[in-house]
Amino acid sequence: MSTLNQEREASTSSSRKPTILPRLKREDFERAGKLGINISIALQALAANRLRSLLTTLGIFIGVASVVSMVSLIQGVSANWTDTIASLGTNMIIIAPGAGNNLSNSGLSSNGGVSVSSRVTSALPAAETTLSLTPGDATVLVKIPSVTAVSPLLSIHAQVISGNQNWNTRISGVDPGLEQIQNWTIGQGDWFSTTDEQGARTVAVLGQTVYQQLFATSGTDPLGKTIRIGNQPFRVIGVLEAKGGASTTDDVVFVPFSTALERLKNSSYVDQILVKVDDASNIDAVQRDITTLLEQRHHIARGSADDFNLTSSKQLLQTFDQILSLATALYVSIASISLTVGGVGIMNIMIVSVTERTREIGIRLSLGAQRQDIRNQFLIEAVTLSLVGGIIGMLLGMLLGLVITARLGVPFVLTPTSVLVPFVVSAGVGVIFGLYPAVRAARLDPIEALHSL
Amino acid sequence: MRTTKREDISSGTASIAPVSDMATPRVVNADNQEKPVIVVHDVQKIYHLGQTLVPALRGISLEVSPGEFVAVRGPSGSGKSTFMNIIGCLDRPTRGSYWLAGKLVSQMSTYELARIRNRLIGFVFQGFNLLARASAQSNVELPMIYAGLTREMRQQRARQALQLVGLGSRLDHKPSQLSGGQQQRVAIARALVNSPAILLADEPTGNLDSRTSVEIIGILQALNQQGLTIVLVTHEPDIAAYASRQVVFRDGRLVRDEPVANPRDAQAEWAVLSTQNPDEDY
Repeated sequence: MSTLNQEREASTSSSRKPTILPRLKREDFERAGKLGINISIALQALAANRLRSLLTTLGIFIGVASVVSMVSLIQGVSANWTDTIASLGTNMIIIAPGAGNNLSNSGLSSNGGVSVSSRVTSALPAAETTLSLTPGDATVLVKIPSVTAVSPLLSIHAQVISGNQNWNTRISGVDPGLEQIQNWTIGQGDWFSTTDEQGARTVAVLGQTVYQQLFATSGTDPLGKTIRIGNQPFRVIGVLEAKGGASTTDDVVFVPFSTALERLKNSSYVDQILVKVDDASNIDAVQRDITTLLEQRHHIARGSADDFNLTSSKQLLQTFDQILSLATALYVSIASISLTVGGVGIMNIMIVSVTERTREIGIRLSLGAQRQDIRNQFLIEAVTLSLVGGIIGMLLGMLLGLVITARLGVPFVLTPTSVLVPFVVSAGVGVIFGLYPAVRAARLDPIEALHSL
Repeated sequence: MRTTKREDISSGTASIAPVSDMATPRVVNADNQEKPVIVVHDVQKIYHLGQTLVPALRGISLEVSPGEFVAVRGPSGSGKSTFMNIIGCLDRPTRGSYWLAGKLVSQMSTYELARIRNRLIGFVFQGFNLLARASAQSNVELPMIYAGLTREMRQQRARQALQLVGLGSRLDHKPSQLSGGQQQRVAIARALVNSPAILLADEPTGNLDSRTSVEIIGILQALNQQGLTIVLVTHEPDIAAYASRQVVFRDGRLVRDEPVANPRDAQAEWAVLSTQNPDEDY
């Protein structure tokens, strides 16, 4: 019938009765903990009911995927903003006419690019705003301490023709100092000089986009060529390297301010004044000084509104930081809600699972499982569910994020935190929502549990 | 109910029991020199059901020496199941003490009781209580997992135990692929793997036909002859006849404790039965 019979015959001959199985010795025991085996028990249990496990992870997975894709979108837009602001020039103050809100025109434009206030980048003629800034203002502002350079800005929208190519762009009449103020880099040729400015010479420096549109196709060297701005002939003396940021940054032609005043737009007023400050810490002081000075020059009575407004690059960054914090708060709350929903789903399924396996738990307890073994087994099951959901959600969210940021033309930003946070958070959700069912399982009475169906 | 204290017993040897109106219990292991593996002294179990107190055990005292095959009999409600739960360290007595292999178990914490269950006790249940999703070998490995044995050791001992009960060729079968008798043999193998001090069987043949019952009892007797102490609970006198000692419960008390004069030999009976065709009338 079995080897027991053979052993019986053998044992009667020996004086000491042999044990049925050899006695356990110290070295038979595993020195490491029981975590590994508990993990495999948990995984086996999850694999036994694959559909249910998969559906449970769906709750976490959808939440994490949507949050990760939102985060990558926000991070991309934010990177784009900071690039744009940097491209405008650091430590810069923009003085514009009118008392309006600086950021009324900022935001996402229809072609997907991010445009900072049109008044800031394109400086459309102030048809809708008051005319208040004069070239004289610009001259005076140079004297303010900590100011390194000042340039007035006259802006016109005009058609530029070269040979048989034409392109509509904005023409900016500026001081030679603007090259430094806005950190432009010359690619070919030169920027115009002070003598050009004094002589109101008809010279022009092309932005990269304009160069591409007018000269790149024919491959001609633009330097020295004549282009027509409006109906005026201008000589190209330089081409700027691309600066990036907003999509319209490089779509510009710079001419000397006096030339613009004489030949393109005859006006006593300027569209903007750009001021460069030597150090970020002095921006506030300079802003105050500018305000005081201009109020005096414009004879603005105490208590009435100014007819100009100031925006510093620092302010822009601050405002965008605020918007970013708002967006972050928004997505964190949405994430919390969706993860809570997912977590409740996990808790629900785990409670059902514990109830279903009450007899199995009773068997394990009767064989000597400790309560913490049972608790750990169910906790591992819950954490595995949430981690799997979290990882799949993170991968899909990144994929979605890649697609969305590519579509909108913003950079795709990937940091260690954007990988680590979903991982840690989904594990946390598993622990928090899996704890109650796991403890409930561990507290079952073995006798009662054995008697359940 | 009168209880006699240890010193009052005239013979001066081991087992005492409460004196009742029924037949006087007799001392059974007077000549046994080895230390008893189970010592139960005035154990009581009282359940609280709302306002009422239900005494399930009214002061049980008994000893079991190593190598005995004890049958615990009694009708339902007699307290034998409650007694089994206490012996098996699944429950604690309300009063009294219980020593298992020299350890005072009745005072131990839940944690320690689990360790005792794991290392000193092997369970065999009426309903087999195997894990349905696991193979025979995995089922047998389960107590060793909780004992913390290495993987090689677990697999080796599981195979040895299954070979011992004659299932060496069915290591990978799941319970659904095994007959009732085979499942109970897996359960017996599982009970052996941690080399326990006692094997507790609760109606092990309750779900088996009479033929298979003989086979299973035969295995238990063979194990007992190898030196394993067995305590078997049953309500069937036929099954109790295979044991070397019978203990009878009635209304929460021990009313009879006597050796079995000529225990039935299950292995001999099985030898005869296995040659017969089970479909023929007999």
